Amino acid sequence: MSTDTLARIASKQEAVDAPPLMTARDVHVYYGKKHALKGVSIDITRENVTAFIGPSGCGKSTFLRCFNRMNDTVDGARVTGRIELEGEDIYAPEMDVVQLRARVGMVFQKPNPFPKSIYENIAYGPRIHGLAASPQDMDEIVTTSLMRAGLWEEVKDRLQDSGTALSGGQQQRLCIARAIAVDPEVILMDEPCSALDPIATAKVEELIDELRGRYAIVIVTHNMQQAARVSQKTAFFHLGDLVEYDDTSVIFTNPKESRTRDYITGRYG
Amino acid sequence: MSTLAEPLPAAPAARRPPTDWKDPAMLARVRRRYRSERIFRSVGLAALVFAVGFLGLLLVTMLQNGLGGFRQTQVKIEAVLDPTLLELGSDRSEEALESANYVAVYTRAIRDSLGSDATRVASASGWLALRERVMADPALLGQTVEIWVPVRSPIDQYAKGRIDPDIPPELSPIAPDQRAAYLRLKEEGLIRTGFNRTFLVTSDSKAPETAGIWGALVGSLMTIAVTLALAFPVGVLSAVYLEEFAPRNRWTDLIEVSINNLAAVPSIIFGLLGLAVFLNTMGLPRSAPLVGGLTLALMTLPVIVVAARAAIKAVPPSIRDAALGIGASRLQTVFEHVVPLALPGILTGTIIGVGRALGETAPLLMIGMKAFIVDAPRRITDPATALPVQIFLWSEDVDRGFVEKTSAAILVLLMVLLLINAVAIYLRNKYERKW
Repeated sequence: MSTDTLARIASKQEAVDAPPLMTARDVHVYYGKKHALKGVSIDITRENVTAFIGPSGCGKSTFLRCFNRMNDTVDGARVTGRIELEGEDIYAPEMDVVQLRARVGMVFQKPNPFPKSIYENIAYGPRIHGLAASPQDMDEIVTTSLMRAGLWEEVKDRLQDSGTALSGGQQQRLCIARAIAVDPEVILMDEPCSALDPIATAKVEELIDELRGRYAIVIVTHNMQQAARVSQKTAFFHLGDLVEYDDTSVIFTNPKESRTRDYITGRYG
Repeated sequence: MSTLAEPLPAAPAARRPPTDWKDPAMLARVRRRYRSERIFRSVGLAALVFAVGFLGLLLVTMLQNGLGGFRQTQVKIEAVLDPTLLELGSDRSEEALESANYVAVYTRAIRDSLGSDATRVASASGWLALRERVMADPALLGQTVEIWVPVRSPIDQYAKGRIDPDIPPELSPIAPDQRAAYLRLKEEGLIRTGFNRTFLVTSDSKAPETAGIWGALVGSLMTIAVTLALAFPVGVLSAVYLEEFAPRNRWTDLIEVSINNLAAVPSIIFGLLGLAVFLNTMGLPRSAPLVGGLTLALMTLPVIVVAARAAIKAVPPSIRDAALGIGASRLQTVFEHVVPLALPGILTGTIIGVGRALGETAPLLMIGMKAFIVDAPRRITDPATALPVQIFLWSEDVDRGFVEKTSAAILVLLMVLLLINAVAIYLRNKYERKW
């Protein structure tokens, strides 16, 4: 695909001006002695899908995992700076990380449904957070989540089948439904389509577009066409720096930085 | 110009000739590869045949020697259950019935119904069968009952054809008049050889014909129950803590090395530890399954910890991410997702540990579970023995009857082990299906 096509797709994306839902200010991440992320500041909005792009090892996944404090589970990881969700500092001692991760859901690179039934996969989150008042209520949550994830028609007759028996693409949408089920404000997606075939990828991208506005979506991707197709805001990372952050249409048509232009035009290396 | 990365260095010019895949040296290499594979396969097969052969030999020997232990020669007597002779007053309580003088009734029954020469044919401990009968049905008192009692061990061996009838009398374990009496009774149809129920329901005895495995079996099961009740939860919790919660530092490294070392410590050392701690310091009862179980738990614990840690480590990290990612706490992640997935591995390790503990003799000897005990234990604090110890005790006896009992007891132990393994495999498959 030529750079022109990329620019043409990207130019259709219109970013909306909106108040930020999450803000990151001067975020640094260290893994032991390694300085993985160097002072990144960014705003995340509900109305725009934000894509993080950049070569491998540039720190985009690391940054993503700061938003729901998944880096806490990594030994030797240290995060400085300030990240706020609706004005609350998520690294403040009084922030409950369990609640934070319900409010800021995550979808991983490899589909990772629990080895339980499809129903149980969705119901687990609402159950541990006590979101369902009754079994009927739970049924409704499960149904709605699967519908929003565009999986309902495919699985409605086999909710008791194992989640791991689904195809890769279905598994990934199940994981999205599982994140939706706890009614999050933000959904972080870490290369959600890299293990999927093109058709499954198209479905997930469609889904992301439908979910925009209801949830703030941040997606890490290696695939620049994907960034151009699904996002309205794009951030380009390189070697731990946020090189450029702008509307997707600007990044792909008229980037300010030469490093961004080189990456997008495939002149990397 | 590109500011993202340096260009790759240019590849060196091709100077080597193209590879000739049909070169004789190349073909020879291929042949060598095939040959080494053939050699490896045949050596592997030979090793397998060797291992299976040894197992087969073990089993065949045990069956040959031990199957006789499950059969017993008996003689039929008619006993008059005279309450006076039994020295029973009006008391018909269980204790009174248990301590009545059955020996007198038994001795008279042999003399009266079989003839005085038969006293050296019927077992001296045959009165136990009378007692069992009366205790089961006290209404029989005052009546005359027909009852099959075991014959003496040498006669039993003779009846099963394990004593050569042609060896000179001075070398034979049975005297000529003893043999004559046996042959007479057989002629009269008062002798039979059948399934040896006694072996399965009684406990140790000085006479091989009344010695049984039941007491040792119960002792073993109680011991293992104590071991499992202690070692399984403690082992699994330690493994979970070390694997999921403990920080990685010098102390946890030290603990890990210590646990691995502990798994390799000879069992007799654990026996000494049990003796010193449980018996001498804590003053727990000697010879009891409780102490045996505690000692074996010490021995089994490191095995379970090591196996459980490996199983927990093998659970894919993506499952932890998934659970943490929707806001499960670490405790929920571990106990609702990681441990259930690790359970098959944990169970396998546990069974290996328990199987080893079940066959363990040395530590039990140290804490006194080798006493001569004629009753099955009722509580875990009663004196008891265990299957492997019973085998050890019987194997020291030169009496042919005990030689047979030793092998029969080994067969029982192997059966119990097989049963435990079967349960383990069943459990493992049951939980593995969840994947």
